[in-house]
Amino acid sequence: MSLPAYEPVLLKYANQRGMHTLEAYLAHGGYAAAKKALGMKPSEVIQAVKDSGLRGRGGAGFPTGMKWGFVPSPEKVPGPRYLCVNADESEPGTFKDRYIMEGDPHQLLEGIIITCFAIGSNTAYVYIRGEFALGAKIMEKAIEEAYRHGAFGANVLGSGFKLECTLHRGAGAYICGEETGLLTSLEGGRGYPRIKPPFPAVVGLFGQPTIVNNVETLANVPHIIERGAAWFKAIGPSDDPGPKLYCISGHVKKPGYFEGPMGVTIRSLIHDYAGGMIDERPLKAIIAGGSSCPWIAPDKIDTPLGFESLKKVKTMFGSAGTIILNDSVCVVDAMWNILRFYAHESCGQCTPCREGCGWLAKIFERIEKGGGREDDIATILEICDNMRGKTICVLADAAAWPVQSILDLKNYPDAAVFRPEVEAHIREKRCPLGKHKAVHAEMVKQKGKISPRLVV
Amino acid sequence: MSFTFTPERRAKLDALILRYPKKQAALLPALRMAEEQAGCVDFDAMEHVAEILDVSPAKVLGVFTFYTHYRRPGTGKHLVQVCATLPCALRGAEAVFDKFAAELGIGQDETTKDGMFTLKKVECLASCGSAVCVQVNDDYHENLTAETVPDLIRKLKESR
Ligand SMILES: Cc1cc2nc3c(=O)[nH]c(=O)nc-3n(C[C@H](O)[C@H](O)[C@H](O)COP(=O)(O)O)c2cc1C
Ligand code: SF4
Ligand code: FES
Repeated sequence: MSLPAYEPVLLKYANQRGMHTLEAYLAHGGYAAAKKALGMKPSEVIQAVKDSGLRGRGGAGFPTGMKWGFVPSPEKVPGPRYLCVNADESEPGTFKDRYIMEGDPHQLLEGIIITCFAIGSNTAYVYIRGEFALGAKIMEKAIEEAYRHGAFGANVLGSGFKLECTLHRGAGAYICGEETGLLTSLEGGRGYPRIKPPFPAVVGLFGQPTIVNNVETLANVPHIIERGAAWFKAIGPSDDPGPKLYCISGHVKKPGYFEGPMGVTIRSLIHDYAGGMIDERPLKAIIAGGSSCPWIAPDKIDTPLGFESLKKVKTMFGSAGTIILNDSVCVVDAMWNILRFYAHESCGQCTPCREGCGWLAKIFERIEKGGGREDDIATILEICDNMRGKTICVLADAAAWPVQSILDLKNYPDAAVFRPEVEAHIREKRCPLGKHKAVHAEMVKQKGKISPRLVV
Repeated sequence: MSFTFTPERRAKLDALILRYPKKQAALLPALRMAEEQAGCVDFDAMEHVAEILDVSPAKVLGVFTFYTHYRRPGTGKHLVQVCATLPCALRGAEAVFDKFAAELGIGQDETTKDGMFTLKKVECLASCGSAVCVQVNDDYHENLTAETVPDLIRKLKESR
């Protein structure tokens, strides 16, 4: 198999050394798209993005132009509008925005200018996760350069448009990637998500209309303005088009991030981009778009990666963080790891999420350590049921989706592939793959000494 | 020991506050500045930040404790944060963590007696394509295996 002919758009310069400077950016025609946009009407910019078919790259795949259109008119809601750039990059398996910010930050800044102009915002905040110290340094420098160049400030590129841009560093909390959690965090609070509606486009940062967009989403915007919506729409499937950054991790020979058109198949991502499976071991499970996504079985390997195509096989494209699991993986062990993550990251506001994530993690740990009970699967599914759609944000759903996808035969056909392994753990009271010793019974016997965590 | 920002940092913070319509929005960056100055964030720093931002110290403490990435008092010079989330786990994060623990003689959330190293398991660092990833202070160390851990420890010990 060979790769489709494709010329990188987003990573064209990001992967070359030294291309993060303003000088380099201007040398290849940078900020021309912003100039062009500033000469258009805001409504024309929004229309171009709508026509392009660009969908958000942060997780939900929401049509970007449509979202921008939700910002109410100044007559309806007076006062400032804000753009918040979501650079929290926290979904396990996802590591792409980082390389845009480190390698080609001005591409993002140009996207910010165009977006702010389109939605009538004079203030942009870039919320970058606390761990990205290097990315923050590079972004800070780039913002400074852009101010000096006149791309930010009182008179953006001579157009009379005013725009202030500020980098805001987070401090280690997955939930601040959720758009309303991001807003409360940016306001200086604990990163607690807010109930929607009202949506941020209407009531957002400091109570004002706010657009939250992912880094990669915004990096696409200058290219749409420069080359036109039709050019964009012609890349990849027409119902789900555009250039895309793919992340692949787990049991492949060359994990990493790649750019291709939307709609690259999972098989091509594994074999053409990532060099194939480690030691040619068989594939056991595919997590297509980040740890929140329902798992799919190896027979879905020819599915194209995209928001629409993955929906058809009962999973999601999320943030394009494809995690590949080979036959050495124990389903229970891997799910326990995922659940531990959500239990750790739940913000604790909603009981079903705070308790549910913890319970699920504990039950999977117990099953893995040989303490499985006959009614465990029913209990797990009931907990999931109580988490889905019953909380302030979808973190609770995100924790329940993968679990349901391996156990809930009614709603997830691929559960038939994974569930028998969970049942075997429970029946045999041990991990058949020998990942962990069956220590549960032993630990329960030594009551008083054992960690109460273990006894559910 | 009380905490006060250096005049330069204070000026930087004052300028930053003006970039938000509400003072409290500068809370996370202010805590970060305190961390930069003192190497960690302690109660005195939180009180100082509270005073500058016109919020109660309890509010600052409440916000501070929500976030895992600020350095707490007592943290070693090298804060070793081993990513243990699934993609890294698939590539041997457990073995990397165990190697650190064995070489340094400490466990999860512990600090060596000489105050050089603190060891922590953390969640995904957005570097899953170069697993196993370990963040030491600000720096990412990628593609680590149990075999390369001793070498990294040696380098860290040699660095100032
Ligand atoms: C728990 C949770 C975590 C999220 N983390 C991120 C993130 O790290 N980065 C991101 O861009 N979007 C993240 N999202 C999605 C955002 O809520 C939001 O949909 C997105 O930033 C919108 O931008 P887009 O329309 O450009 O995709 C997360 C959502 C949830 C529920
Ligand atoms: S669902 Fe979970 S993470 Fe989301 S607001 Fe509720 S408790 Fe917090
Ligand atoms: S899982 Fe370790 S960096 Fe993402």
